[in-house]
Order: sequence, then C-alpha cells, then structure tokens
Amino acid sequence: MSVEIDQPVYLDWAADAPRHAATAEAMRPWLTERFGNPSGSHQVARRARAAVDDAREVVASFLGAEPGGVIFTSGGTEADNLAVLGPLASRPGAVVVSAVEHPAVIQAARASGRETRIAGVDALGVVDPGSLKRVLDGEVAVVSIQLVNHETGVIQPLAELAPRIRKWAPRAVFHTDAVQGAAWLDLAHVTAGADLISISGHKIGGPQGVGVLAVRGGAELAPITHGGGQERERRSGSHNVAAIAGLGAAVAAIEAEQDARRATVEALRDRLGQSLIASLPEVVWTAQPAVRAPGHLHLRFGGLESEALLFKLDESGVCASAGAACASGALEPSPVLLAMGVAKRDAGSSLRLTLGPSTTEAEVDQAVAVIAKAVRELRAEVPA
Amino acid sequence: MRVLVAMSGGVDSSVAAALVLEAGHEAVGATMKLWGGSSDRGCCSVADVDDAQRVAQQLGISHHVFNFSEDFDRHVVDPYVAAHADGLTPNPCVECNRHLKFDRFLDRAVQLGFDAVATGHHARVATGPDGGSALLRGADQAKDQSYVLHMLGQKQLKRVILPVGAMTKADVRARAAELQLRTAAKADSQDVCFISRAGGREEFLRARIPLHPAEVVDAEGRRVGTLPAVELVTVGQRRGLAGSAHPPGERRYVVDVDVPTATVRVGSLDDLLVSEVPVGPMSWVAGPPYPDEGLEVQMSAHGQPEPARWSPAGRVLVGRPVRRVAAGQSVVLYRGDAVVGGGPALVA
Repeated sequence: MSVEIDQPVYLDWAADAPRHAATAEAMRPWLTERFGNPSGSHQVARRARAAVDDAREVVASFLGAEPGGVIFTSGGTEADNLAVLGPLASRPGAVVVSAVEHPAVIQAARASGRETRIAGVDALGVVDPGSLKRVLDGEVAVVSIQLVNHETGVIQPLAELAPRIRKWAPRAVFHTDAVQGAAWLDLAHVTAGADLISISGHKIGGPQGVGVLAVRGGAELAPITHGGGQERERRSGSHNVAAIAGLGAAVAAIEAEQDARRATVEALRDRLGQSLIASLPEVVWTAQPAVRAPGHLHLRFGGLESEALLFKLDESGVCASAGAACASGALEPSPVLLAMGVAKRDAGSSLRLTLGPSTTEAEVDQAVAVIAKAVRELRAEVPA
Repeated sequence: MRVLVAMSGGVDSSVAAALVLEAGHEAVGATMKLWGGSSDRGCCSVADVDDAQRVAQQLGISHHVFNFSEDFDRHVVDPYVAAHADGLTPNPCVECNRHLKFDRFLDRAVQLGFDAVATGHHARVATGPDGGSALLRGADQAKDQSYVLHMLGQKQLKRVILPVGAMTKADVRARAAELQLRTAAKADSQDVCFISRAGGREEFLRARIPLHPAEVVDAEGRRVGTLPAVELVTVGQRRGLAGSAHPPGERRYVVDVDVPTATVRVGSLDDLLVSEVPVGPMSWVAGPPYPDEGLEVQMSAHGQPEPARWSPAGRVLVGRPVRRVAAGQSVVLYRGDAVVGGGPALVA
C-alpha cells in the first residue's frame, strides 16, 4: 500500500518549500494566454522581456546588486557551478571552498581542473579562520563559502570572513551560496562582502527549475553553457519566463514577510527541538549554540539508523530528511557532519527537520508525538 | 501480512511485488544500495533503483532505499578479496544472501514491523506436516536459485516469501508484460554485481591486493608454463594452459593451486576426479541428514546433481568420481527437490 496520509506534516522545507500564493499568480499568465521569447523584437517578445526585467529588478534589489548583475539560471546548482567555474576563464589559481559546502559547489570545484583547497570548520560547523588563512594566498582564483548550511542551518559569519578573504586572497572572486539563507535573511546586508551570490527559486516558495547568480561589482564571468548569448553572454538559453516571473513574485513576498516569519518560525522550531529533547534520552541538537537559520532543526539520535527512523516517520505522515542522500536516494554519511568531527555512526543517526512560515503549532506537536513514538519503538527493536 | 519486498529493479522482484499484493498482503518495496564503487551492472546502480521505484509507482506501493553498502563491503566484498588472496574461489552471491538479503534486510524489516520479506528468487518455501519450513528448487529448472539460498534456516524461512519460485521465467516475463512493468524485458543480471564488465575480476582484484605470477608445473614438478596471477587461478580451470600440455594436444586442467609458493599444478582430467569433498562449516535448513541417507549434491549454481551421502566427519561422499570443486565454492545437499543444507568446499 502506498503510504499517503491525507494531511502529512511537512517538515522538509529545506528540500522544497511549498509555493507561495503569489508565485502561482505571477506564473499563471505565462502558462496560459501569454507567451513569447524575450530575445525577440516584436510586441509579444517585448511583453515577455518586460516580465523578466520586472523580476530582475525585484531580485536585484533583494540581493543588493544591479539589475544587470542578475543572471537567471535553471536553479541553485547551475548558479553555483557558474560561480565556481565562470571566473576561472580569466583567472589562474586554486579554488577554495569550505568543508561544509553543498555538493553543487564542492563538485564544481573538483570538476574545475584546478587545485581544490578545503577550509575546515569547527565542531559547530563554523568556518575556522585559522584554517581559512592556511588555504588562502595571492594565487587563489575563487573562494566559495555558503551563507546557511543545508543540513545544520548554521549561518557562516560572512561579514567577518569577507575582509579576511580580501586580505589573504586579494585576487580571488568571493562567492556565497545563499540558497538556504534566502528565505530567512536580508541577503543584501548579510552577503554584502561577496562578489557572487546564488539563490534558488524553490527554496523560498518560488517555482522549481529557476535560480539566480547575482554578480556584484565587475567580477568577470565566462559562460558554462554556450549558445545564443542571453543574460549578457553569461548564460545562454531561452528564458523560462513563467518561472522567472514566479521567482520575482516569491522574492517580493519574502521581502515583505521575512521579519515577521523569522520570529514565529524560530519559536516553533525551538518548541519542536526542546520537546523532543525533553521526551527522549540521547538526543543531540546539532550545532547548538551556533547561530542557525530559524527553520532548521538538526538532531542526532545516538546510533539509531536514520533510514529506519525516516521510514517510520513516513508511515506516520511526517515528511523529514536525514540531510545527505546520493543519486539513488540512499542515505550517505553526511560529509558536513564528518567535517564537524561527528563520528560516522553518530552522523548516520541524523534527522533534519525544516520548518516554514505555514508550519503550525499543531503540526509541531503532532511531529513530536510521532517522532518520540518511532524512536522508542525502534530503540526497543534495535539488536544490542 | 505486512510484507517488505526486496526490489532489485529486475523483472523477478518486480513480479514478486505484484504477486504479494495480489495475495492480499500489504506490500512496501525497498531497494538495497549495496555497492558504492563503480560498476556497469548489477543490483546497485542508480538505473536499477529507478526501475524499482517506477515499478513500485505502477503497483501503487511505497518504495524506499536502504543503504547497506558498508555491510556489503564488510561481509561480501572484503571477504571476497581476502579469499582470492588465499587462493580460494569465493561465491559472493551466497555471502550476500547470507549477510545482506536474509540477515540485514530481514532484521530491518522486522525492526520496521513487517511480518515477512519477499524476494524474486526462483526457489520455493513450503511448510512440512510438522510445521517446519522446507526450501525447494524453483519450478523453472534452468533458473533454479535454491543453490545460492542454501544457508537459509528455519529462522529465516518462516519470514521469507518467494512468490516467483513456482513460475517459469517465461511466465514471470509474461506477467510483467501484462502488468506493463518497465522491467518486463530487462536482461537477467549475471556474474558478480560489483565487478564491471569492462575491467573484470582481474582489474578489480589488482586494485586491492598484489597479484603474483604463477609457475605452472606438471605432476612430476617440471615447469611447463606461467600464468599472470596465482590468485586468479581456479582448480579445474583450463584457460591459459594451452602451452603447458605434455604431450602436446592433451587437455590439461589445474589440479592444485598453492598461493604461498605461487605454484599451479596441472594434470589430466583423471587427476581432477575425486570421490569425496571436504566441506564446512555447514548450515542446515532443518538439521543434518540421516546417517547414510541417499542424497544428491550440487557443486555449482547450475551444476549437475550427483548421488551423494553426508559424512558427519565433514565430507560429502559422491556416488561416482566427480571433478574437484574449487575451495570456497558452495557444496549443497538435496533430498529430492528440497535443500538439506550446504557449506563451502575446503582445501582438500
């Protein structure tokens, strides 16, 4: 029987955030009566181009960039790839990434053909300035350090790191993957020291299949996809007008609601974490007391296997994640947790619960009951 | 019953899942990710997981992926490599069944509240008059997999369902086609899933253990040739020995492999024949055979069964001389269609 509970408790917002009402509204005309290739030179094309440029301005303002610096991509992964690979055409030297980056950054660095250097993190998952200093020098071409970690929600102190990167790697382009931070933080402010910023539509209530790489200042980027030279010859391919319009609407909604949602979601997240810790022994709240995004809760259940726990939660209608999965969907030991010095077995007992603005107190309480029951049942069945 | 179906992404386990549902059970599908390395085939590739997921969608059941790759390394791959280093010829599929499918996976199923697991193996489980479980050959003789399941005991069998064991492979494919499952025409998996077709066993082992060139000698100890790696030589093998024939033209077989001295002894077919095979440790489906009971023995996955008896001293006594089996291969005893038990052949 396929497990389909009518009203699942959705606590996997970091994987995909439900679409904002404004997103669907902005997309609908472009999925029905409107159409047109923005690169054309007639009225239908111009109308499409206007929709793209409207979204471009909203996004530029949100990211603290000029509209001309906004490059629409197919998503966060493409934006990260372009950020890591694009500057290398005009710059020799190594790529530096933190040990807790998303695979879209780490794998792009490894595929770049350049030396990849890894800046370590401390036990809370925060980039260690000493380690960063050791891997930076005048030969480094690109430095990529995320804003918010996809698994733990830890926020990197970019404002402190940026001046050090400028000093220790004066020739480097500094990129930050802000995909997991965009729903929560004032990106123009917190990423102010970065040259390149990536975001993804579907993590903030926008559509899937669209993202942005914003370029601040004059960082030079060579394209990684070749073709018609759209996006000022930095990203070829016809524009996904519907998705771009939806993304613009989602960004506008975020800007309006961010301050209000931060406090309420954080309170619910803390209620969830504290209730679970109070009702179960041997639960560790990962990366506490680091500064974390309000929606992220990462717990470890002392040796319990994540796969078994997620299976039980799924059966009871709670949608969650363990953090790291490979292409087959199999769970892998999280490189993020291993980089933080968490033991492999402990890392394998992870549960990532991520909340969003429509998460309710009732859902949180239901999740607490379901998770506590599942953990107790599994612990009773675990062979010693 | 609640049944967890081990879905490899092949046609047999796809149909097994459909049959579990048809029998009125509650079914959930799960695919084991077993091998983390590179391989262009086998039960663990992303393409196979995709197929299993799609079949589960078509059947309307949920599907999960269990990552048992560490257990697979520990219980299957590492021992496979170590056995070769010792000059044995291991059977990794048997060890995978023993440690993964019918141990780790079965334990996980029980932990998650399932009453039974189902797989797509061609073999049958029957309940005897005493309530005990019997493991029988599959209905399709050419596809029978009871040999690689010989390690199952009562503890496992009472929780195992083998829904396609009563069908021929042709019927399984026809059934899959009828259900419009995308695996209906998928080729059967063959050989060892973690070894790539391109590189083969030699490349796999060379990356993990040092391989040593072997001296080939005849019965009198005369050096008659060389082979590239003593660790890859199997008793009974003829391949690579063409130049060592004496007199020229006579068929030569490997009759002995000595890894420490990297020496391979060759001889005639007669030199290979034995009338007893030392084996152990044995596992029994429902206890050892009766003293002097007339049984049959099978010594390879699709080998010819031969009349045999079991000697409690740890030997299988074969009715007529048979070719020696390489140490490490499974020796399985049958009573008619029923598996009595089995174990690996030991060095003679």
